[in-house]
Amino acid sequence: MIFRHVDEPGYTSDLACYVRNGGYEVLRKAVARKPEELVDQVKRSGLRGRGGAGFPCGVKWTLLDRKSGKPIYLVVNADESEPGTFKDRYIIHQDPHQLIEGSMITCFANRVERAYIYIRGEFPEGARILERAIAEARAANFVGPDILGSGYGCEMYVHRGAGAYICGEETGLIESLEGKRPYPRIKPPYFPAVLGLYQCPTIVNNVETICHVKHIADMGGDAFSKIGTPNNTGTRIYCVSGHVRRPGTYEFDVGRLTIGELLHEVCGGPLPGRTFKAVIPGGSSAKVLRFGERFRGKRKVGADMVEYDWGVEDIPLDFDSLGMVGSMGGSGGVIVMDDSVSMVEALGNINEFYAHESCGQCTPCREGSLWMKKITARMVHGDARAEDGALLKSVADQIAGRTICAFGEACAWPTQSFVAKFGDEFTAYAQAKKQTRAEGAAELV
Amino acid sequence: MMNLTPETLGRMDEAIAHYPVRRSAVLPLLHLVQEDQGHVSDEAIEWIASKLGLQPINVYELVTFYPMFRRKPIGRTHIKVCRTLSCAIMGGYRTCAEFQKAFGTGLGQVSPDGEVTVEFVECLASCGTAPVVMIGDKLHERVDAAKARSLSEDIKAGAPPAARGR
Amino acid sequence: MIQPATTDLITVNIDGKEVSVPKGTNMIEAARRVGIDVPHYCYHSKLTVVGNCRMCLVEMGMPAVDPATKAPVTDPATGRQRVNWMPRPAIACATSAMPGLHIRTTSPLVKDCREGVMEFLLINHPLDCPICDQAGECKLQEQSAGYGRGYSRFVEQKNVKPKRTLLGPRVMLDDERCILCSRCIRFCKEVAKDDVLGFTDRGSYSTLSCYPGRRLENNYSLNTVDICPVGALTSTDFRFKMRVWFLKQTNSIDTESSVGANTVVWSREGAVYRITPRQNDGVNDTWMADSGRVLYKATRGEGRLESVRVNGAESALDFAVRAAAELLAKGGAAIVGSGRSSVEEQFLARKLAVALKARAWLVSRVGEGDGLLVSADRNPNVRGALVTGLVGALPSGRLDELGALIDSGSVTAVVSVGEDLAAAGLTAAQLARVSVIYLGTHSNPTSAAARVLIPTLTVFEKHGTLINQQFRIQRFAKAVPGVAGATDDLVVLARLVGAVGGPVVGADVGSLWTAIAAEVPALGTMSYGNIPDTGLLVDGTPWAGLPFAEGPSLHHAPAAPAGKEAARV
Repeated sequence: MIFRHVDEPGYTSDLACYVRNGGYEVLRKAVARKPEELVDQVKRSGLRGRGGAGFPCGVKWTLLDRKSGKPIYLVVNADESEPGTFKDRYIIHQDPHQLIEGSMITCFANRVERAYIYIRGEFPEGARILERAIAEARAANFVGPDILGSGYGCEMYVHRGAGAYICGEETGLIESLEGKRPYPRIKPPYFPAVLGLYQCPTIVNNVETICHVKHIADMGGDAFSKIGTPNNTGTRIYCVSGHVRRPGTYEFDVGRLTIGELLHEVCGGPLPGRTFKAVIPGGSSAKVLRFGERFRGKRKVGADMVEYDWGVEDIPLDFDSLGMVGSMGGSGGVIVMDDSVSMVEALGNINEFYAHESCGQCTPCREGSLWMKKITARMVHGDARAEDGALLKSVADQIAGRTICAFGEACAWPTQSFVAKFGDEFTAYAQAKKQTRAEGAAELV
Repeated sequence: MMNLTPETLGRMDEAIAHYPVRRSAVLPLLHLVQEDQGHVSDEAIEWIASKLGLQPINVYELVTFYPMFRRKPIGRTHIKVCRTLSCAIMGGYRTCAEFQKAFGTGLGQVSPDGEVTVEFVECLASCGTAPVVMIGDKLHERVDAAKARSLSEDIKAGAPPAARGR
Repeated sequence: MIQPATTDLITVNIDGKEVSVPKGTNMIEAARRVGIDVPHYCYHSKLTVVGNCRMCLVEMGMPAVDPATKAPVTDPATGRQRVNWMPRPAIACATSAMPGLHIRTTSPLVKDCREGVMEFLLINHPLDCPICDQAGECKLQEQSAGYGRGYSRFVEQKNVKPKRTLLGPRVMLDDERCILCSRCIRFCKEVAKDDVLGFTDRGSYSTLSCYPGRRLENNYSLNTVDICPVGALTSTDFRFKMRVWFLKQTNSIDTESSVGANTVVWSREGAVYRITPRQNDGVNDTWMADSGRVLYKATRGEGRLESVRVNGAESALDFAVRAAAELLAKGGAAIVGSGRSSVEEQFLARKLAVALKARAWLVSRVGEGDGLLVSADRNPNVRGALVTGLVGALPSGRLDELGALIDSGSVTAVVSVGEDLAAAGLTAAQLARVSVIYLGTHSNPTSAAARVLIPTLTVFEKHGTLINQQFRIQRFAKAVPGVAGATDDLVVLARLVGAVGGPVVGADVGSLWTAIAAEVPALGTMSYGNIPDTGLLVDGTPWAGLPFAEGPSLHHAPAAPAGKEAARV
């Protein structure tokens, strides 16, 4: 659905091609409807955000403060920086008009008159493609002061970031758009729906989420809600990377696929001679799952409570199931590691990412993320001690839940889960006089 | 004194007009200055601050926060190797070492022949085709050690502009 | 002072104690009211809330109600309404009073939060206590002792950042000590309106900086030193001079202008080491100007008058008083009082004027007000002279009228209380024609020409009150003894009054006030001991029509624009 035209031979990113394929017809119909109707359709669809938090999109829209009289803004979050995630890239580079159409429908539904696409600085081509596409769309009145003669007007601009993961956090993004250091805001009181961009009510939505809005406007919320699984509706783009034979992007109905089906059947299984060891199912911030772990409990299927007893391969890839087993659906970035990977080193690699990307505003994340990185770096390059695993967990426990934004959880969860699930490796690391790397294994730290 | 091209200046004015608050234009202006001049100098920081009615510290804070902004000139070609997990487990560190070896340069420096600067960057959002490298504005996928060597040869041989970039 | 009754009060529950607070009060302030300390770094009552230190994390909860009926849900164990505590702690500084809000500051979760934050703050903090000026008044020391775990688990290398950066002429920066609370940045931007500080780089390598080439040199730069919770920003003037626990603190008033910013004078063994602001929400909040802080240096500075002199020769106080009385008894006396004198001194000067049937003048000092805490009137107590009746109108900068009277021979003796008559426009010839009796602290052409010279005390060496631009009477107290040869102004003036045939009056502030309350209508209801530390507003309506020089200040909004033309004496 979203990726219908990605990698399609002969499909180009220009307006003519998009229109030939039925583009902007949904927008044409949408601007003839009442905005509230469209919001209602999105609510009924059950669409959950595809950027990482999985927050219900329709609910987010209804939280907008429409009483203040201030202008309402849409900011499209095209900052795609969650490690393991690479789906928005293809939409932007290959099918930009889908995003623009979805954005204009979103704007119309929420009476937004100005939208910004915040695109990460490392997508310079993507920014150029989007700017060209917007210009094309403006020339054809799909964007601009009078969209398709409806009387409704909305302007859209591209704004480039410059290399900061924290700009993917909605209030960090807003601060960056305002021209300040991208320090996320404290909530309360700075909920974007009330006090967002320029202290005006603002919607921040992920690229993929906005594209889904277009399809919901087309097929209706109820039809959309029948795709996928209850409370986890629609399709999503799974991004598989790491030690599988066929890494890449795969769009599936949410929850209709298990981890095992995705990794084995769709992605061809592990590399020759290797076995799966660990998988992070929702971007590097998600808690890691260890192959061989079992998850037991009861869950709601239809009207009944049903028991489940899952190995990692049995876990359905939807937000709720992954949440139940102690991880998350997140951004859909599935990172696979096989038995050649040292989990201590893998955590070291991840910790360095978070230490580098921490904005530095609040104490636990700023000091804690760097401390965790220093510990794993010392373990890998210097002296690992027996107590380092417990220390790492303790430091991570002091960060999660205590910070201004979710980066606290994002940098703490990897450490907590790696130590919890692979504690044996951390202990063994300390005991080994000299670390040996598995044959063919890459350097990670 | 700043010697920006008329085109750059025009694009700057266009960018400023996109926002109801001038301060929002800092990032676009910094990108434009860097594209024009190759890096962001002290003079550029003060110039941008003055143009937008800000204090120099307001611009300086941003230039030092965002890794994409360079304070000093770099090699003619900018090679950025992803170091984050997916690329790392597929050999990204080895790829970077190959580039460094090919040009005899350390990380973040200008190579002796002035041709390249090699740096690690964080996740470039193309993990499925790891290891990935950006050379200038262009993304190169599945850059293993062999491909790194071959790309280095291309650069030395005067590869087309698409592969390079300031 | 009796607080006016407020209607917008909300009751919250903190650690089981109920407290009613005005709407909009945050939980740090609410807890303070019931004697509960919520530790914090980045929060400051006069700056915007940023919530970045995370030290004030507390547990918050709301009373449980049945979702359908909204009836309270009772906890069977206690018989009282159950409280639903949120699993995630909240920062107290950003939590406003809400009806029914419950806060817990002593739970295991809060203890762990505090220990965690303390540990994080200390892992990259340098072990500088032995050489750091902040020791003894350092929030990091206090809160790690009070709320920290007590030991460190950090064995890695600490971050290295620039130490000893001279941020400006008066402020030294040590970036390693900085905990990145951003109080200084917010102060410079929001209060001093000089957006010159910022954070550079990112994450744990974030560093407080000025733009290279710029300096932190505005006239409020030292307030950043006051509010810096650690020893990152320190005063260059105070650097390495004294450990704060040896210093005695005395309440005083900044005499730089009629703002009357409240201060604390820090002294040891007769020497003043520094001056810092004292909180007064009606006058100066928690700030003062840098220029007011250096005024103490003059107490032992050049030109300090140290011996009583009569006709140039060293003498004794009694003799000098008699000599002065003789000069004044010849008739033709004039008094030049001072806008820098205290209310009590101006009261006695008036008594002297009355006893001598002499006129009194003041000399004005007008500069440019900065709109914040330095007003256009550089005399701290002109209003005291009005209130005591020493003068009846606003002073001029020049004593031309007095000069004319000297020229005509009507005035033959002038008592000057600390004012340089030459600087006020009297010529050398005019000075030579009169006998000058000079009471003051520092030498100047007038003191040099005086027939009788009696050294007196600076504001740091005596007690008294001053009336500021708001007509607020405020007390200052003696911090250090005066120089050996100086005498308390009140003693000198009382003796002069007696010597010229005036009434017997007390020479100390306490007993003098009985007379002041009796004789000065505006001060009739007061007694010295009952003036609170934040001062007391005096009824200034009798003088409301005068064209005072001051424009708006931090807490002063004059009704009519300041007039340039004044009805001067």
